[in-house]
Amino acid sequence: METLFDMAKVLRSKNSGPFELTMDILFDSAEKYQRVKDSNKISMETICDLYNITENEVRHIVFFDPAMGIKITILRDVSSGTVGDRDVYGAQQHAPLMNILID
Amino acid sequence: MTNEIKILSPCGMLGYGFPEQSFLRGMEEQPHGIVVDAGSTDAGPHKLGAGVSIVSRRAAKKDLTIILENGVPKKVPIIIGSAGGAGARVHVEWTLDIINEILQEQNLQAKIAIIWADIPNEMVIEANRQGKVNPLSPNIPALTDEIIEQTNGIVAQMGHEPILEALREGADIIVCGRAYDPSPFAAIGIFHGKDPGLSYHLGKILECGALCAEPGTTKDSILGMIGDTSFKVKSLNPARRCTPISVAAHTFYEKEHPYILHGPGFTLDLKECEFKELEGEIVEVSNSKYIPAEQHFIKLEGARKVAYRTFVLAGIRDPILLENIDDIERRVKEQVNDYYDEIPQSDYDVNFYNYGMNAVLGNKEKAVFSGHEIGVMIEVIGKDQELANSICATARSTFLHFAHEKRKSTAGNLAFPFAPSDIEFGPVYEFSVYHLMEIETNPFPIEYR
Repeated sequence: METLFDMAKVLRSKNSGPFELTMDILFDSAEKYQRVKDSNKISMETICDLYNITENEVRHIVFFDPAMGIKITILRDVSSGTVGDRDVYGAQQHAPLMNILID
Repeated sequence: MTNEIKILSPCGMLGYGFPEQSFLRGMEEQPHGIVVDAGSTDAGPHKLGAGVSIVSRRAAKKDLTIILENGVPKKVPIIIGSAGGAGARVHVEWTLDIINEILQEQNLQAKIAIIWADIPNEMVIEANRQGKVNPLSPNIPALTDEIIEQTNGIVAQMGHEPILEALREGADIIVCGRAYDPSPFAAIGIFHGKDPGLSYHLGKILECGALCAEPGTTKDSILGMIGDTSFKVKSLNPARRCTPISVAAHTFYEKEHPYILHGPGFTLDLKECEFKELEGEIVEVSNSKYIPAEQHFIKLEGARKVAYRTFVLAGIRDPILLENIDDIERRVKEQVNDYYDEIPQSDYDVNFYNYGMNAVLGNKEKAVFSGHEIGVMIEVIGKDQELANSICATARSTFLHFAHEKRKSTAGNLAFPFAPSDIEFGPVYEFSVYHLMEIETNPFPIEYR
């Protein structure tokens, strides 16, 4: 078992516009990417649980083979930079993904 | 006749800086355009709402000086996208002022085209009444006349069309108001007859400077070359290189979907793209598809003032306080509410951010606290500045002396790093407009100076 953080080359979050947050998980080997993809751990259920959100707040979970990458886009609770926002650029919201365990 | 069109991108954000040597290597390639993105919504609604820039004037001038003193004498068109940070009139004027200062200092002459991206509030109100304005995602409230009227400086993201027109008119420097980030880059390729899909995909990569290289950074230059069936990307700094993975991965960056990109008047489909490594650490990309939209929508952005803020930062080191922090903060807030019982609670709010505990993720934090100190930010939001200041002062002194039953540190609960401790922040804005508007005519007027 390895954590997603150990396996990924890039694990990051960022705004995609002021109302959405997007997380990228990128790999430096096809083997690692495939293992994570085949594990089915990056699922709607996992994302909803880790981010305390419902399915209709998840915009996309996409596996993109040519770039060996996974993209997850969710709706922000609070739009960027207004009252109640904690992360204007959305740059540190990837942390909940780090400890996902991959077989 | 040249078949390959070269575009030099000095950096990912005008004013972020770049090594002059990288830029000069790019100039040796005899580029057909120097294009730099200067804006973003990333820094929040304040830039648009308050009419201020993201970078300092000093930094913007430093970058522009290198670009202008090299580009203008060689007659290489220079395009600045989303001038001044948010691309509204005030931001464009700020940029023009710097450009004019440099041209004067360097004794240079240039034909300047200015493409305005401001959309009058009345136009949005009218379009909204006709049902032609829609939110970009379900968490964005529908627009009302009131929200639009309270919004300062609505801008729209332009496509390549007005930039193309300015290039045809022979402008040396094109200063764009708010633009779709890749559009100013795409305009160069399209102007020279290249495929719009390749031109836009290349633009998407170049707009972040050398972020698509390894190691990636927005603070370095990158070169794009566009042919008839593919484009190429090359690092201009020997310390970085582009690889098929680094370029493919960049397609992901700050976009909601990895291979479907929506732009003004089109969709870009990158699903079938191929990323190939060529000799000399050059990456070649092909099969980027441009699909024109049936209806032309533009993306509107606008910000309005929603409140005023005052905050205070302090450290907590006492273990008993740390153990009971949530309870203490809840009771501090109650005491403040009780003390100001003549003020409606809807006029203000007190929030605590416990840095070291869960300030970054809030209720999404699953890690159990195990540290020995935290930083607390007490944030007060008020309907005016005086109220925010007053409530903050009371919250701070209440917290400082709060007599929690178990405490031993009876002289004070907070370590303030500064005196005075309270910081008046000023107005807080929100993105009140982030909608698509259907248009029939080009709303981006061009002015030549």
